[in-house]
Amino acid sequence: MKFTWFNLMPWPYLPDDFREKNHSVWVDIDQNLFDPVKSHEVYNTYLDLMEYAGTLGFDGIGCNEHHQNGYGLMPSPNLIAAALARRTKDVAIVVLGNSIALYNPPVRVAEEFAMLDCISGGRLVAGFPVGTSMDTNFCYGQIPALTREKYQEAHDLIMRAWHEREPFAFNGRYNKLRHVNIWPRPIQQPNPPIHIPGGGSVETYDFCLDNTYSYSYLSFSGYIRAKALMSGYWERVAQRNTADHSPYRAGFAQTILVADTDAEAERLYKEHVLYFYNRCLHVYPGFADAPGYRTIKTIQSGALSQYAPPKGYADVTWAELNEGGHVIAGSPETVRQKMEELAKSLHVGNIFCLMHVGNMPKEKCMYSTQLFAEKVMPKLRNVFPDYADDDRFWCKPIAKRVTPGNLPAERDLAALNASH
Amino acid sequence: MQLKTVHTPHVPVRYFEGGTGVPLLFLHGAGGLVAGDPFFAKLAGKYHVYAPLLPGYGDSEECHELRDMLDFTLHTWDVVDALALKKPIIVGHSMGGMIAAEMAAIAPHDVDRLGLIAPAGLWLDNHPIPDLFATMPYDFPKLLFHNVEAGAALFTAGVAFDDPEWLKSFLVSNARQLGMAGKILFPIPERGLSARLYRIRAKTILVWGDSDKLISPIYAEAFKKGIKGAELVAIPEAGHMVTIEKPDQVMAALGRLG
Repeated sequence: MKFTWFNLMPWPYLPDDFREKNHSVWVDIDQNLFDPVKSHEVYNTYLDLMEYAGTLGFDGIGCNEHHQNGYGLMPSPNLIAAALARRTKDVAIVVLGNSIALYNPPVRVAEEFAMLDCISGGRLVAGFPVGTSMDTNFCYGQIPALTREKYQEAHDLIMRAWHEREPFAFNGRYNKLRHVNIWPRPIQQPNPPIHIPGGGSVETYDFCLDNTYSYSYLSFSGYIRAKALMSGYWERVAQRNTADHSPYRAGFAQTILVADTDAEAERLYKEHVLYFYNRCLHVYPGFADAPGYRTIKTIQSGALSQYAPPKGYADVTWAELNEGGHVIAGSPETVRQKMEELAKSLHVGNIFCLMHVGNMPKEKCMYSTQLFAEKVMPKLRNVFPDYADDDRFWCKPIAKRVTPGNLPAERDLAALNASH
Repeated sequence: MQLKTVHTPHVPVRYFEGGTGVPLLFLHGAGGLVAGDPFFAKLAGKYHVYAPLLPGYGDSEECHELRDMLDFTLHTWDVVDALALKKPIIVGHSMGGMIAAEMAAIAPHDVDRLGLIAPAGLWLDNHPIPDLFATMPYDFPKLLFHNVEAGAALFTAGVAFDDPEWLKSFLVSNARQLGMAGKILFPIPERGLSARLYRIRAKTILVWGDSDKLISPIYAEAFKKGIKGAELVAIPEAGHMVTIEKPDQVMAALGRLG
């Protein structure tokens, strides 16, 4: 199993009556609710927490891309990843990912991911999401019905930019580039491992299988409701006679909270979980799905958006969130049991652990993270022994990596004179 | 009135045909066109009307090769050619008005008479047009009708949001229709028309509902200013769906085209 400690970076100061008084947490969120001075501490605390997780044995630390969003302060995940690359050592840096249709030209993604891979010594795990409709269409103005075509072209351009060793011309529909020749290129060859976040469309399943990319389902509705979607994926894997059913072909995001006992978990974390589901997921439904964003096939398959649950999250309770599997919370043993059930029932090897939730203060987050790392993670390492050697979907750092921030205290005059 | 099919270089196009008289090409708005449209019946009472559905609308085949404004404009000329129409009167409502204006600008010698009913296609920074694509179905009547209550009754007839199968078919038709419309209307319904309006040589009638809350009547002035000799007929107590709310007055206005 691969565990990535993931931080959405929510704004922790949404008011109690946010849902009642505000139109949406996303796209047109009230500017007055953001305080740049307070964000200085918020950002640095969140980065500290990610670095902390990097010291505890997690395989990766992860970030993602959202725009104009009160629960995701990362319009540029690559800036966060760059900060992490310098301050962490062995842990993978999982950027899940860059919404490649939004970069103009998308060569920018090939370049920035290459820089991250070089700076981190080959620790990058790259993600290429289409991006939500909120981000891609409503914030960044992409035409819904053309978004997927533009995404596909961006993907093809990035891969060629990574793979080719001569300058080439790219005559795309959305990108006309006479001289593509990225410099630098990534350490990992032929390219860093790629994870594709998806929401249940067959086209995306096939895209992952065709290219040996890992399919990630990033949902806030938990592992129980995810069963139908992930079964669809594995059925597709079987239908296509794929050579193997490695669980690392799939990833899943899950909110996880650990305490000494189940009761303590509720006492410590309930308010933060409710903050997230009640306030952070208050998205105006008109922004959830611009017509044309989803393919007809996907709509017909009935994979409705996670952002518009049938009854909404306005009055959801701690008990409902736990019973529904949205949240896995409790003692180390409770969490271990449920995580094992998650991994086995969904057959997923990559877990994106959402361990900072809503307005959770750092002390609680560290406590929960440490308990998970020490008392849960080691017991789950061997859930898929048959696939222990499958390293196709994970980064391969170089052996000899430098230690950043390691200039000599005093300049060595002999060395100065010896160099030209 | 009959629903027929005509072949164009891209896809077979579905179109309604009815009436006798001078040929008139009617281009529908983003909401599409149904057989029972009362305005269409009025048009067919006076003209020989051809009303093609944009690919993806109604039961017509989608066309992924149509991506931008030029594609839409030329496609609609392809439809005119396929129907073997010679200089038809071209009338368009809302999105259809935008396409009609583009057709007249790109081929000014082929359009003598043009009727633009609350057309899209311009953008005034001080009068932003509401985001149609972020509007929930239950909020449409407020944007589209002067008489919101009557409009809402029309709008919600047959609606069953609680029925998952109905919802699915609603979402599919939305994706097909508004997905297509979005190629020229999203996120801002403007594709450079203002710089081309001067090319229009047709006698042009602009028709606008006084209480249009989707595209404010202020836009009527902008179109009038841009198209040489254009006449404006403002219709009181009518919203964006002026064709439904005041069909006789719209007919009278179009009658001025001769």
